[in-house]
Amino acid sequence: MTTSSEKLLNIENLVLHFKTSYGTVQAVDGVDFELGTNRAVVVLGESGCGKTSLSKALLRLLPRNVDKYSGKVYLQGQDVMALDDEEYRQNVRWVGISLVPQAAMNALNPVLKVGDQVAEPAMIHLGLTKAEAYGLVYKMFQHVGVPADFVARYPFELSGGMRQRVALAMALVTSPSLIVLDEPTSALDLLTQANIMNVLKRIKHELGTSYILITHDIATSSELADEVAIMYAGQIVETGDAKDFFPAPLHPYSQMLMASVPRLRSESDPIFITGQPPSLMNPPSGCRFAARCPFRFEKCSEEPPVFQKGKRRVKCWLHQ
Amino acid sequence: MNTDMITELRKVNNMAVEFNEPRETLLSIRDLHVWYELRRFGFGHAGYVKAVDNVSFEMAEGETVAVVGESGCGKSSLMKTILGLNIPTSGEVVFKGKNLAKLNTKGLRDYRFEIGYVQQDPYGALPPFMTVQQILEEPLIIKGVRDKEERLEKIRKAMDEVKLYPADDFLPKFPHMLSGGQQQRVVIARAMILSPKLIVADEPVSMLDASVRVEILKLMKALQEKYHLSVIYITHDLSTVKYFSARIFVMYAGNLIEKADTRQLLENPLHPYTTALLAATSDPDARNADSFKEVPPGEPPSLANPPKGCRFHPRCAKAIAGLCDEKEPVDFEPIPEHFVACWLYQPK
Repeated sequence: MTTSSEKLLNIENLVLHFKTSYGTVQAVDGVDFELGTNRAVVVLGESGCGKTSLSKALLRLLPRNVDKYSGKVYLQGQDVMALDDEEYRQNVRWVGISLVPQAAMNALNPVLKVGDQVAEPAMIHLGLTKAEAYGLVYKMFQHVGVPADFVARYPFELSGGMRQRVALAMALVTSPSLIVLDEPTSALDLLTQANIMNVLKRIKHELGTSYILITHDIATSSELADEVAIMYAGQIVETGDAKDFFPAPLHPYSQMLMASVPRLRSESDPIFITGQPPSLMNPPSGCRFAARCPFRFEKCSEEPPVFQKGKRRVKCWLHQ
Repeated sequence: MNTDMITELRKVNNMAVEFNEPRETLLSIRDLHVWYELRRFGFGHAGYVKAVDNVSFEMAEGETVAVVGESGCGKSSLMKTILGLNIPTSGEVVFKGKNLAKLNTKGLRDYRFEIGYVQQDPYGALPPFMTVQQILEEPLIIKGVRDKEERLEKIRKAMDEVKLYPADDFLPKFPHMLSGGQQQRVVIARAMILSPKLIVADEPVSMLDASVRVEILKLMKALQEKYHLSVIYITHDLSTVKYFSARIFVMYAGNLIEKADTRQLLENPLHPYTTALLAATSDPDARNADSFKEVPPGEPPSLANPPKGCRFHPRCAKAIAGLCDEKEPVDFEPIPEHFVACWLYQPK
């Protein structure tokens, strides 16, 4: 409608607050970003910064205690926030955006054969018969590198890496244009992790899928990232191209986060960020990182707007 | 400007990666085998899971060693045997000249006072119904520190060591009231409270956030240097190893396949499996997205029925037919102090 057609996804001021008996938790607080077709954005942040809530908000998988859920999400030009729940379920979830949840390999149903589980979304969302859906299952298994005869196996008969691939096949089977990957490799071994990253890259090349990769593993995320979004205390504090971001992050938090990564091929000594992220229940006014920031100055008590620096955007007064 | 600041921060929490000169042997493991019996219908013998197979190494007092390997390679079985929780099928664990298998109950108890254990998941390792004070007091009570004041003093000292202060704020708290980093500090304080000689740390930072991870590693390193502790650091993350350990042991399918000085191993890995592990470890770099990683095909073998010969040979691109699939490799030393169990390095 309003956005340009090349942009696959455009999020404007997305807000998701939860009600608890202690007060409101501002898990996602005014998130903006956009993503092009066949691009991958990595959302990086520490635990508790609202990464998973962001994925829940995108897929509208909301718990009951939602306090505020607002903003605009355009998927291929369509404002999906305007849809009611049933329309959203029919037209967006799985068909437009699918999710590989955190610890997906343990999210498979233990009493169903993996083939049936992968076929299910295709049968429900694409209206295929079981035989037709199985045709797709075999195709997807080939894409993710699972032997075809595994369709008749149960999850416990597969290794962790294979189960992760099955979960990925399940997200792919309806050919969505966007897949949200929530920590897809965090519970896996090193070599398996590298394998899954290879699979994700290959699928991106072959099927033209876009990804939102949500993770705290900065080193592994660089394997897939075209763009990076840094999340801190419910807000996106920096977005930019991966090629610009990794060598020289702009926001002090991004800089310290990058400096905290132990590196195999460099002699630099990693640092750590002192202090803790603020509670999302009652976040400080002004910049939310100010309390831990070595560069803070008077201005930081006011909330910084997002400054545009070339193609990059950063929410910090230093870049005014 | 910002780069300067980061350099400055580095100086503030800088810790030189220097390693103490090793002294006398503290722990030596000789031909250790830990096999678990498989039973059919509860009693019929159905083979063994060979979790640790023919492992030998020595550790000096004050030395730090990292055991690197994937899940299911036998790291935890090795660690549990060192902690005296598993009984070895054959072979010996000798700590300060005493063979663990020959110790009586009292001897084993005294042995356990000398080793500390830092678990992987701090939340799972701390009893949820005990306060920090109770958690830290328990080992002291078991050791027989009768005086309550003395116990409290030791607890405060331990909490100070792990930088949990003010201690009085933390003493009445339950584990769920602490952040992940704070929980891991309590676990470290508990492991340290009896002033052990040896610490076994099983993936101590893998459950923590990136920014906290470095902090905990540095804390452990500082304690190791201060008290001249020996530490066995079990991990799958090669990028953290060089900040912590002087030597690396690489484990694959129950065998130690490569043993070398940390720097030497990271710069010049010999075993094809070690090379693959290093190649699969990413550094944050946008160029990574343009290429695929080389990963050996297949998965680690079942330890109940490991392949004949070298256990890595079905996945190894350099496997020599007729040798690697027939004979189990022995330790070769192509470079002084760098041991590798691979036929490629057989002296000509």
